Amino acid sequence: MKRIYSIEDACIGCHLCEIGCITEHSLSKDPVKAFLHEKERPISRCTVEELNGGIISLSTTCRHCDEPDCLRACISGAIQKNCEGIVCLDREQCVGCWSCVMACPYGAVQRNLSSKKANKCDLCPDRETPACVEACPNRALVYREGSQK
Amino acid sequence: MNYVIVGNSVAAVGAIRAIRALDQQGNITVISREKHNAYGRPLISYLLGGLINEKRMSYLPDDFYNQNRINLLLNSEVIGVDTQTRQVKLAAGDSISYDRLLLATGGDPFIPPIEGMSDKDRIFTFTTWDDAAKLKVISQDINRAVVIGGGLIGLKAAEGLNLLNKSVTVIELADRVLSSAFDRPAGKIVARKMKANGIDVITEDTVVRIEGDGAEISGVTLKSGDFIPCDTLIVAIGVRPAAGFLKGSNIQVNRGIVVDNSMATSAENVYAAGDVAEAADFFSDQKNPMPIWPDAYIQGDIAGTAMAGGTKSYTGGLAMNSIEFFKVSTISMGITNPANPEEFEIHSFQDIQNYQYRKIILKNNLLVGAVLVGNVDRAGIFSGLIKEKIDMQQFKENLLLPDFGFVNLSREIRDALFAPTGKSTTCLVSSRPRQDDWTLDM
Repeated sequence: MKRIYSIEDACIGCHLCEIGCITEHSLSKDPVKAFLHEKERPISRCTVEELNGGIISLSTTCRHCDEPDCLRACISGAIQKNCEGIVCLDREQCVGCWSCVMACPYGAVQRNLSSKKANKCDLCPDRETPACVEACPNRALVYREGSQK
Repeated sequence: MNYVIVGNSVAAVGAIRAIRALDQQGNITVISREKHNAYGRPLISYLLGGLINEKRMSYLPDDFYNQNRINLLLNSEVIGVDTQTRQVKLAAGDSISYDRLLLATGGDPFIPPIEGMSDKDRIFTFTTWDDAAKLKVISQDINRAVVIGGGLIGLKAAEGLNLLNKSVTVIELADRVLSSAFDRPAGKIVARKMKANGIDVITEDTVVRIEGDGAEISGVTLKSGDFIPCDTLIVAIGVRPAAGFLKGSNIQVNRGIVVDNSMATSAENVYAAGDVAEAADFFSDQKNPMPIWPDAYIQGDIAGTAMAGGTKSYTGGLAMNSIEFFKVSTISMGITNPANPEEFEIHSFQDIQNYQYRKIILKNNLLVGAVLVGNVDRAGIFSGLIKEKIDMQQFKENLLLPDFGFVNLSREIRDALFAPTGKSTTCLVSSRPRQDDWTLDM
């Protein structure tokens, strides 16, 4: 399946992938409205890690594992793998127990504390290329066929 | 091929998926003593507390059993296994033949004999949907409840009752709550939070007598001599592998059903997984029951794979728990409170006032355990480092950072763990991708 890969050497630590992700998962899909006017701002599903003021930076996100640890740990069945291989989270079913946060070795499931729901990459079902990948100005994120590891 | 699975919780689900990945044709029969489709067992406290409705108890999509063509026998208890004729015997009298059998019956709550218990009505355990439902039915009439046992089950039951505005007292024999999953500071934080929410926590004491006239409970007398008035009692001392039905069979049962690393029992074509199984521990390799939800799924997956002719090997059970108590998140994993701390290297940070605690346990420079209270974000990275046995010598100090991440490790470890560019498709673990490698791939 197609996955998102992160090229550390090309990452400039600009966090535009996070902005793209937040915008895509907002109600309006407009960055200004999403950040300034919507009541609930989504949480980014990708995380830019930085060290030494950005000398090292990389964007991390869900690997949509073949045998997802988050799915195995989920106590409510909110996490399922769909027929395309995408590891999906059903927000209605999620109880916010954070078992997925405990289990994901990539640290790729976030806690949304205001809604008390887990938050994870859905590979942008409404788009051909995930928003984070398109937002990256230096092509440090690529979306292509590849393995989990 | 006739697959028979006894039990219908997470280990069974892991097994069903694994069998169907390899064998679309075989018959799968699932037998459960409960009346429900697979449900999120740990959610029973949420159900009791009114945080979720019954519909959200379902662990699986509605069409799961149909899609996987499961012959589902609910309300059916298996009372014996004959490994000679390869049959399981049901309480109703009939027998079912198997070619491959999975025993995934889970655990039974342990109820010690307590003086005055025999004729009382309102004594409950708290491990099944029906347990929660029974409590919910009488909840109008509950005024004061006592929970015996300050482990995960006991505290979640106490929280559920507290959410219904019941007065609750937890009585724990050890010197702190959550003594098996947590260490002292973490247990203290949780106990403090519970007390702040009106739950009374009594430690180093136990119930010696249940008082009351006839079927009604008026209170409990503790070993210390104290009397705690109550009308309802919940026994949450622990869970034992539900393997009693194997008495007289030739399947080896120690504390749980003893299994090897493919989840095979001592009897041919018979497997066990989940809370009923006694499998190898991740660290010691010694066999012991590990009643942990994710582990049950993994064991079910390995058993199902073996039953359908595949091979996967169990890497050992790693204890881990993620539990919230009154909005304080807690995650613990691995060895959290070693009996002989001098053999380990322990780093910790605590801010008890703000319900924050972080503890890292290392042995021979390998991460072996972690306790996180409050900020639990990205805790899974620790579980990955434990499982992958990454040498942490150079990075130990970083582990306590509140925003610890992959940048705090070396490039080589990052590439090995995280494979940023997709290991198998482009580059080797050790080589760094050059600019033209990835531009071409796009």
